[in-house]
Amino acid sequence: MIINGVQIDPTFAEAFPMKATRVIITAQNLKWAYISAQAFTGFATSVIACGCEAGIERELDPSETPDGRPGVSAMIFAMGGKGLAKQLETRAGQCVLTSPTSALFAGIDEGTPIALGKNLRYFGDGFQISKRIAGKRYWRVPVMDGEFLTEETTGMVSAVGGGNFLVLAESQPQALAACEAAIEAMKKVPNVIMPFPGGVVRSGSKVGSKYKTLNASTNDAFCPTLKGQTKTELSPQIESVMEIVIDGLSDADIKQSMRVGIEAVCQLGAANGIRRISAGNYGGKLGPFLFHLQEIMA
Amino acid sequence: MSALTFTLKTELKQRVDCSPLTPDRLAGKSAAEIAEIEVQSGNRKLRADAVFAIAGDDASQLVFKQSTGKLDFIGKGMTTGSITVEGDAGSYVGMQMKNAVLHVTGSVDAYAACEMKSGELMIDGNAGDFLGAALPGNQKGLQGGIIIVKGNASDRCGDHMRRGVILIEGNAGAYLGSRMTAGTIAVLGKVGPLPGYAMKRGTLLLLNQPTLSATFNDCGSHTLGFLPLLLKSWQHYPTRFAGLAVNRVRRYAGDLAGNGKGEILVAV
Repeated sequence: MIINGVQIDPTFAEAFPMKATRVIITAQNLKWAYISAQAFTGFATSVIACGCEAGIERELDPSETPDGRPGVSAMIFAMGGKGLAKQLETRAGQCVLTSPTSALFAGIDEGTPIALGKNLRYFGDGFQISKRIAGKRYWRVPVMDGEFLTEETTGMVSAVGGGNFLVLAESQPQALAACEAAIEAMKKVPNVIMPFPGGVVRSGSKVGSKYKTLNASTNDAFCPTLKGQTKTELSPQIESVMEIVIDGLSDADIKQSMRVGIEAVCQLGAANGIRRISAGNYGGKLGPFLFHLQEIMA
Repeated sequence: MSALTFTLKTELKQRVDCSPLTPDRLAGKSAAEIAEIEVQSGNRKLRADAVFAIAGDDASQLVFKQSTGKLDFIGKGMTTGSITVEGDAGSYVGMQMKNAVLHVTGSVDAYAACEMKSGELMIDGNAGDFLGAALPGNQKGLQGGIIIVKGNASDRCGDHMRRGVILIEGNAGAYLGSRMTAGTIAVLGKVGPLPGYAMKRGTLLLLNQPTLSATFNDCGSHTLGFLPLLLKSWQHYPTRFAGLAVNRVRRYAGDLAGNGKGEILVAV
């Protein structure tokens, strides 16, 4: 399959089941909602070492937020429920509770309830106030700038992590420009996040390593400087490869996101140095969800 | 099917306990069975059809017509359906009600919605003492749901209230929210002496500055983030509270004669 001169490889992205939740962070203005959300989703690029994967899903209009203030929705993914709950609590406590004017609400009502403000309330040292409003329990925690308002729980649901595609280009600037275009388009798709810095990964990994202590290492088959040194996947013209990783609430969300992203890359096409689209295919070692690129783009 | 209607036949000399006449207790009963239900009146038991003219067949929707303040315990313990009372109701209307809807077009007497668990009680007129309170000796008053009073509420409204919301469009009497453990009471009109007397936790939201006990301390004026959520949750009810816009409040903490974790919020 070739789209605008870009070859779509007959391969598939491999993803795995995760647990996820969404939170809504509001603040006095969008600037501070973003600051809080960026802190909340910081150091959360990969479960390999961060314990979770997190990202800002989208901006919310004041009419969409529970307290009528500007806000953003963020999603957090982990390999299991316990890990997710722990990451959520520590991040909410250290990054949202501490952020001026912030409030924190559940972004998913269904699924298994996990603590959001349930334990953060103890920061109030006995001065915290519970309010049950429209069937939901909220906590008002007195803080130095006023009150931190948070919902008691949020819903944890099953999700899919690790959807991905690789952009193979003739140069590093061209690969990055294509990925930037893809991320801009993918940000408009609901229920997904791209957890890596700016949504783009330059250090895609393979499963395992020659070093026994590592369970992931550089994807040498796609490293352009190793073309003559390893069993490469790259043709001589390709000088740079970048990856976009997607976590989503369902495989359909990931498929939609991949399609939108690949379309944006292909719009730039061969004229802008984009040669191929491939995917992280780990031969079934990574997970049960397979996203065939050519099927998605058909 | 039409609503099962109980129209009061005569002027009552004694009070009547209407607790057997709820959607729960009438479900599946025939007209003849309903007619022979006995209701307590003073020291006598009367057949339902001796007190009321009974019409209709939908036991999930009850209507009391030409009701007076002598009909007590209307909707006591009901857990389903709805009751509309056309006229006044006596004491204990909606007592221990759960997940049901009760509407009184007139006024009600004491202990309305006492120990109510959940659901909605609308009172178009006034409410007597101890609205949403606990029965004497008990310590759990209103435990959930919403009570809306379009008129005034008398003394000790929300006594021992534990959860839920009471909205009073008119004035409230003395000791509003006395001994309350949690929940919210809002009043558009004026309130009587000693609001929040011995309250442990919970919120009184007032539009007019009350005369406060010395055991409530001023915490200053604030814009509180939970208020928009609270006000939004009332928007779908047919009440003047639906259009209420309160942004800033003065917060008084109390009752400091006790643990002092309650609050009186006065709109500024």
